[in-house]
Parts: sequence; structure tokens; C-alpha cells
Amino acid sequence: MSLLLFIEQVLNGLQFGVMLFLMAAGLTLIFGVMGLINLAHGSLYMIGAFAAAAVSAATGSFLLGLAASLAAAAAAGALIEVVVIRRLYDKDHLDQVLATFALILIFSEGTRWVFGSFPLYLDVPSYLAGSVTLPGGIEYPLYRLAIIAIGLLVAAGLFALIAWTRIGIQIRAGESDREMIAVLGVNISALYTIVFALGAALAGFAGALIGAIQSVQVGMGEPVLILAFVVIVIGGIGSIKGALVGAILVGLTDTLGRTLLPVAFDTFMTASAANAVGSALASMSIYILMAVLLVFKPTGLFGSA
Amino acid sequence: MIVKKLIAAASLAALSAAGLSAPAMAGGAKVGMITTLSGGGAALGIDVRDGFMMAIEQSGNKDIEVIVEDSQRKPDVAVQLADKMVQSDKVDVLTGIIWSNIAMAVVPAVTAQGKFYISPNAGPSGLAGKGCHKNYFNVSWQNDDFNEAAGNYANDEGIGKVFLLAPNYPAGKDMIAGFKRTYKGEISEEVYTKLGQTDYAAEIAQIRASDADLVYFFLPGGMGISFMKQYAGSGVDKPVMGPAFSFDQGILGAIGDAALGVKNTSHWSKDLDNAANKAFVKDFQDKYGRLPSLYAAQGFDAGLLLVSALEKADIKDADAFRAALEEADFDSVRGKFKFSPNHHPVHDIYMREVVKEGDVVTNRVIGVASKDHTNIYNAECKM
Amino acid sequence: MQRETLINIIVLALLVLFPLWAWQADEPFMITLATRAVILALAGVGLNLALGLGGMVSFGHAVFFGVGGYAMGILASHAQSYEPIFEWPFLFEGSKFMPLIWLVAILSSGLAALAIGALSLRTSGVYFIMITLAFGQMFFYFTISWPAYGGEDGLSVYVRNGFPGLNTLDPIQFYGICLAILAIVLFAMSRLARSSFGLALSAARQNEERVQAVGIGVFRLRLMAFTISGAITGLAGALFADLNRFVSPVMFSWQTSGEIMIFVILGGVGRLYGPVIGAVLFIVLEHELGGLSEYWHIYLGALLLGVVLFARGGLIGVLAGREVAHD
Repeated sequence: MSLLLFIEQVLNGLQFGVMLFLMAAGLTLIFGVMGLINLAHGSLYMIGAFAAAAVSAATGSFLLGLAASLAAAAAAGALIEVVVIRRLYDKDHLDQVLATFALILIFSEGTRWVFGSFPLYLDVPSYLAGSVTLPGGIEYPLYRLAIIAIGLLVAAGLFALIAWTRIGIQIRAGESDREMIAVLGVNISALYTIVFALGAALAGFAGALIGAIQSVQVGMGEPVLILAFVVIVIGGIGSIKGALVGAILVGLTDTLGRTLLPVAFDTFMTASAANAVGSALASMSIYILMAVLLVFKPTGLFGSA
Repeated sequence: MIVKKLIAAASLAALSAAGLSAPAMAGGAKVGMITTLSGGGAALGIDVRDGFMMAIEQSGNKDIEVIVEDSQRKPDVAVQLADKMVQSDKVDVLTGIIWSNIAMAVVPAVTAQGKFYISPNAGPSGLAGKGCHKNYFNVSWQNDDFNEAAGNYANDEGIGKVFLLAPNYPAGKDMIAGFKRTYKGEISEEVYTKLGQTDYAAEIAQIRASDADLVYFFLPGGMGISFMKQYAGSGVDKPVMGPAFSFDQGILGAIGDAALGVKNTSHWSKDLDNAANKAFVKDFQDKYGRLPSLYAAQGFDAGLLLVSALEKADIKDADAFRAALEEADFDSVRGKFKFSPNHHPVHDIYMREVVKEGDVVTNRVIGVASKDHTNIYNAECKM
Repeated sequence: MQRETLINIIVLALLVLFPLWAWQADEPFMITLATRAVILALAGVGLNLALGLGGMVSFGHAVFFGVGGYAMGILASHAQSYEPIFEWPFLFEGSKFMPLIWLVAILSSGLAALAIGALSLRTSGVYFIMITLAFGQMFFYFTISWPAYGGEDGLSVYVRNGFPGLNTLDPIQFYGICLAILAIVLFAMSRLARSSFGLALSAARQNEERVQAVGIGVFRLRLMAFTISGAITGLAGALFADLNRFVSPVMFSWQTSGEIMIFVILGGVGRLYGPVIGAVLFIVLEHELGGLSEYWHIYLGALLLGVVLFARGGLIGVLAGREVAHD
């Protein structure tokens, strides 16, 4: 493998990491503030992608599609928060897992009922199509560069929101002492609805952005859900910084694992055996990373017990 | 589990009134269809079901009862359903399975109990060679068919080096092995990805860096959609080719222009010029309001095969019925069709190209990749 | 407590009577369905030991279910093809003898649980849920891409394995075997819950520090419970494989872990018969709702939601009141 290709793969790994961060940001926000395990996060991701596909097909505008994804996912998030989720905050993780698993079933089949079983069309807008040549001669898709930029903006926005805004102060206060901020007169239930809707909107936004270069279909949220959990667990649940670091770590491990492992095994095995072992190990690599990390740091990189 | 008893007779009044009456001697049959109707892979199962049901309805045979159930794409659920259909519903014939792994779980048990199985999709090598069975009839394709034909085509085109890409699971390895069997040029690289992978940036970078003249890939369903969209945006200009599964009508709509110009091998295409196919494409659109897919065509052929055999023999007479199935006396929508000794199709494999007709992205036949194609497992099959 | 005992007796009676009725009425598929429920109940009973009694929310019990299944698949497929599994220290050509298969399934899944537990129990709470999930995913992807035993296609075993003196191909006889195993395990569980081991485990769930202070090693206690729990689920996996005469990586998927967990929660966490009622209810729902509509998952989801939101303590909790019988 040439150095240039290696650099490109590192870039791919970083880019994949930023994509993962977009998927995971809402999940870790919701967990950090409300202590809720939300398996339905992947469904909100799917809702965002479907809303974007439907609206951009109808209007021809990708930006309107993105706006629709934010609105639809936030609305769905607020709705399930008021109807279901707020009854789960004081229950144990087990009940949360079951209830949000039930929401997955409802959302998946509900979406299929509305949109049918066929994958939908959603493409990158023409002004972001094609590729550009980076310094050093690497040709890189423009849209992926845009995803990196947006992902970093979202990360910065979340840090700013939590550090500087009033709602951020309330969120931080809520994380450390729930009863106290209720006593101080903050409308805690409204705060939770807002945070949940925000987390949902982030999921939906990620679904629309990433849906444009992947497949918009029922069930698209489930692999994402697992990956997002891996990311936030590695980073330490509830930590935005952890999610960003975790996402990039996972992105790099996965990308470099699947490109380098078969090559590495090739040095002391026959080509076909190396390919088989290497690809098998590559598909397990991020889970191995997560298990090893948790054995040594049981609350993730930036998590508190 | 969907227990929907679709009795063909119910919707037939109109047809008979129009003067289409059933051939006098056609006997009835109880058919169990296990297919995927819920979850991510539902589109394929729905197409097979719709195509099959249309063939049964058009036959005018009122005594064919079809019980349709949903496998949820889970092998253990499918095995249970097969048990139920054999034990409780007492069906004569089973059909409908979409996925190789589910077929491997269900078919051996069903045929061992003396039932017939007609495969409208999926043709794993495990059921074609040593594992073949006299009651197993595959009316779709053997896993290798499209790939061997593609290998021939690559030779004819003088392709010097290919980059091979498939998910790391048995069907993926089968497909690539099929291509390598006929392809005579060099292999630049061979990459197996995680099943269900959605991001292909790393593989596309490998493709760009390789010295291959052509990318040959098998990535079914959502994986293919993701790959094609990302490949089109990457600026890599090496041509891609693959079996029809990633360029099926149900999927092309989601890939859009990114697929234009891609060549793919298939035994069927909606523009195949034969009377049966023209009628089928038109009727299917009239009835369901969408273009038929490969899977719908296979479901339709499976239905036609069953109907044709019922016209010749009583299903209770297993030997006579088997002989009637072997004759394959029906007008396949793919044109010529007959069974090889191991009950798999002998058919032409076409090369198609993805084109745009108005606003619709679809396929067009550009030539024959392999004539009267049959599979290599006939020799291993002892019935 | 009295009422829960009564419910348990009714459930057990139904599990005996229903298949007998189905046998009389010549409805073999009903027996197959009941067998499925009993086997899944057994998997749930295994998880319930870790989850209900020990408070360890494992999202990776599919690993043990799958290991048990593959123990059966590998032994039986070698016996079928006469290719030895190993030739040293003695020639071993696999086996189609159920008791031996069960033993191997219990040992191998117990060993897997011991290893996974030893690593996972260093974490707690959500991290424990997620590390067990990670192990599940590792096994899932490994079996899919590992070609020796069929990969994603799985392994078919054409004839059900044998048990001395019985015809296991007869649905009612195979059902009898499964029900007997379930009954034995349930009995053992009720004894275990009342033993000093069970009491200490339960106490550690409620107050870890206090148990530690008495001088009982909580980690070892939990590890032992997790190992037994995995072994029971592994045994269920072997039976499940025999029911379908087929194993595949789907047994390792996270959805399988989720389903086993649903049985436990549906019936009532920590209740002796909770997983049994949960599994039976799940099978009935799957069978009945499936007939209503193609989109039956929506109804299933709504029902599960209802249980979480309105039926604390699962179905047994609703029927028998809040207190847990064997605490």
C-alpha cells in the first residue's frame, strides 16, 4: 500500500468517524441529561432520512429536505417523549430497553406502511456532487468533505450550547442534580421534552445527510443504532467530547482494520486465507476495541461512574 | 406470521366471465408460500408473491389454493412455517423463499418429506450439487449463472484486470467464485466486506489505487444502493459490472442516475422481445401500478410452471407430477427455458445496461452474455 | 405469593394438557409451537437468573444460545458426514446422541459465559449492557464470515438427534423431553433461589456494599451466577437447534438477545415462572397477531409498550401482585 493511499484511508477513517459522531451525538445527549437508553434512536434517524427523501422528491430541493428531516424527527421525538418516554425516566434500564425496542417495531412497520417496502431515492445536490483534488493529489468526494465540515460544526454547536446558553446551564444542572433544579423553578418536564426533541432532530439530520450517500430504506436505523452505542460507550456515556473522540476512534479502527488487516495477514499466510481471516477479523474489530477498552476503563474514556 | 388465505378463485369471476375458462383436466393443488413480507427485505418477497399470484389467477385454475406466510427473513421462523404447512395445512407444494440461507434451512427438510419445492429465487450450490433432490425445482437461477456469464462477457470485451468486491458470506463468495470460473484475465484485488456494510469509502479508495480495468461486484439490496451512490460521487471512472441483483427495478429507483451505463447480467429484462414477456409486463403494471422486477418475473414463472404441470398430471401422483414439472411446458417470460438434469434452468443470460427512459431509470438488453447457460453442478447431482 | 404459586401450577398444567389435546386432535403443528415456547422459556429462565436474581442486564445472551446451538450443529453434522472432529487424543466423529450433545452445549456455553462474564463484570449499568452486546456482535460476525460450518447459510442436520428409548422425530415425544428439562431446571432454580448462594446474589443486587461487608466476594458470586445462566441458555440453544434441525448465525444476533430479554420482562423479572409465561405469550402473540395484518409488528410493539408502562412486574406482577415470591 502506498503512502498516499494510506493517507487517504486515514482521511476516510476520520470522515467515517465524523459520520458516526453525527449519529451518536443525539443519543449521548439524551442519555447524559435524562439517563435514558433510547433504542429508538435509529428509528428517528430513519424518519429523518424518509422525510428528507419525500420532501426533496416533491420540491426538488435538498435543503428543504434537510429542513424537513429536522422538523419531522424533532416532531416525532417530542411526540414520543410526551406520550411514552417521560414515563420511563424513573424506571430502570431494563424497562427503557423494552419500551424503546417496542418503539422500533412500531416505527419500522409504520414507515413501511406509509412509504411502502421499496427503498427511496435521495441524492446529493448537484452543487455538492463530484470530487475535488486535495493537496498531495488525493481526489476526494466533495460531499464527504461537506459531511466532515457539518459534523465538526454540530460538535462545536453542541459544546457552545452546553457551555454558554441558558438551556445548556439547565442541562448541566439537570445532569448533576435533578431534584435541585426542579426546586429552583426550572420547568423540568419542558426541559426534557426540548432536549429529547433536540436529540431526535440531530438523529434525523444525520439520517438525511448520510441517507443521501446510502440507502434510504426501512431498517436502515438498526445497524446505525448499534454503531452509535459502540461510539458513546467507548467515549463514556453522556459526554459530547467522548462521543466525538469515540466516533473518530471507531471510524479509524474500522476503516484501517478492513484495509490493513488482509494486507497484514498476507505477509505470513496464503493470499486467500489471509483474505478470509483478515476480513473476518475486520468485521469484529470495533467490538473487540470496545470490549478491550471497557475491560481497562469500565466507564469509557470520558465517562463518570 | 401472515395467515392470509388467498384463494385464487375469489378474484376470478371477472376473468371467467370474459370467456377465459380453465382447461378441463387441470387439477388443483395446495400451495404453501413462505416469503419475506416484513422488515428490510420485504420488497423482494412482495414482488415474488405478486408475480406468482398473477400467474395463478390468469391460469383460470380455480382449485389452486395458496397460503402465504411471512418468514420475517428468519431461518428459524421459516422452518416453523414449513413444519406448519406440511403438518397442519397439508400442502402439496412449497415455494416463495428469497434468501439462500433460508432455502438451505427449509428445502432439504421439505423435500425429504416428499413435498415439492419450486424455487422462485435463490439457488445456492448446496442444493444444486450433492444436495440436489428430485422434488426440488429451481425456476430462477443457480447462484453462479449470472456471474459465469459475466466472466464470459469480460473475456469477450478483452478486460485485462478486474477488482472483485462482495460481502463476506457464502452467497458472496459463491458469486465471486462463479465469475472467476469463466474469467480468464487477471485479478487485481479481491475484497470481502462486512455483510450489511453501508459505507464504502475505503473500498472505493482501494479501487482507485488499483490497476484494474473493471470493477465486478455483488452487493445485494441496500449495500448495492450505498455502493453505487458513493462510487458515482467518488470520481473514479473505472467501469463497474455485476449480477442483476443490484440493478433490479425495485432498487434502481433509489440509486437513480448514479447507475446509468452500468452493465449487469440477468436472465430476464422487461424489454425482452417475446409475447409472454410483453403481456406479463403490461398486465403486472396494470394490476399493481409499478414496473415488474426480476423477482416478480421469477414469481410469475414459478406460477406458470406449477400451472403447466397441474394441467398434465395429478399432484397426488408424485412421479407423474414430477415428470410434468421436468417438461417445463410453459412460456417463460425470459424466452427459452428448460430444466437441466439437476432441475435448474438452462437459459440465456443477457447483458443489460442501465438506461433512462423518460424519467424512469431502468434496464435495456444489449446482448447475450451466455447462450443456453447451465450450471456445473449437474455432474455432482445424483437423484 | 399464594396467588403466584397458583398461577405457576396453572401454567405448568397447561403446558402438559395443551399438547396432549393437540396430539388428540391431530394438530402436530400446535405441538411444535408449544415446543418452541418451552425451549424459548428455558432460554429465558437462564437469563432470568442473571437478570432477575443477579441484576445483571445482559444484552448478549444470544451468544450462549448460539454456542449451544452450534455445539449441536457441529457434533451432529460431523456424525452425519463421518468426518472426525478430532483424531487426537482419541478419534471423535461427532455424535447424534442427545445427552452428550446437551453436555457439550452446557459446558461450552458455560465456558463462554465464564470468559465473557469475567471481562464484562468489571463494568456495571449501561456499560455492562453494552459490553455484553459487543460480545454478541463479535460472535455474530465471526460465524457469518467463518466458512467451515456454513457461514451465514448455517448448518442443516437432516434427522433429529436421538434419545435412548424415544422417537424424537415424533413431535409429542420431543416435546416431552423439552418439557421435562424445563421442569427440572425450574425446580433447580427454585432451590437455588432459596439457597445461601441465591440469597447472597439477590442481596448483592439490592445492596452490593452490605454483602461485600459481610465478607462475600460479590464479583465471584455474580460470575458464578452468570456462568450458570449462560449454560442454561446454551442448553436451550441446543434444543432449539434440534427443534429446527438447523443452526445459523441468526441465533447470535442482537435481536435474539432482545427477544430472550422480552420473554423475561413480559412475564415478570425475577419471577420463577416469568420467562415461561413471557415466552408462551410471545409465541401466542406472534401466531395470532400475524394473522391480523402484514404490519403486525405495530400491534406487537404497542402491546409491549403497554406492558412496560402499565403492567409493572410483567404479567405475573399484574395477576399476582407486586411482591416477588422467592425473594
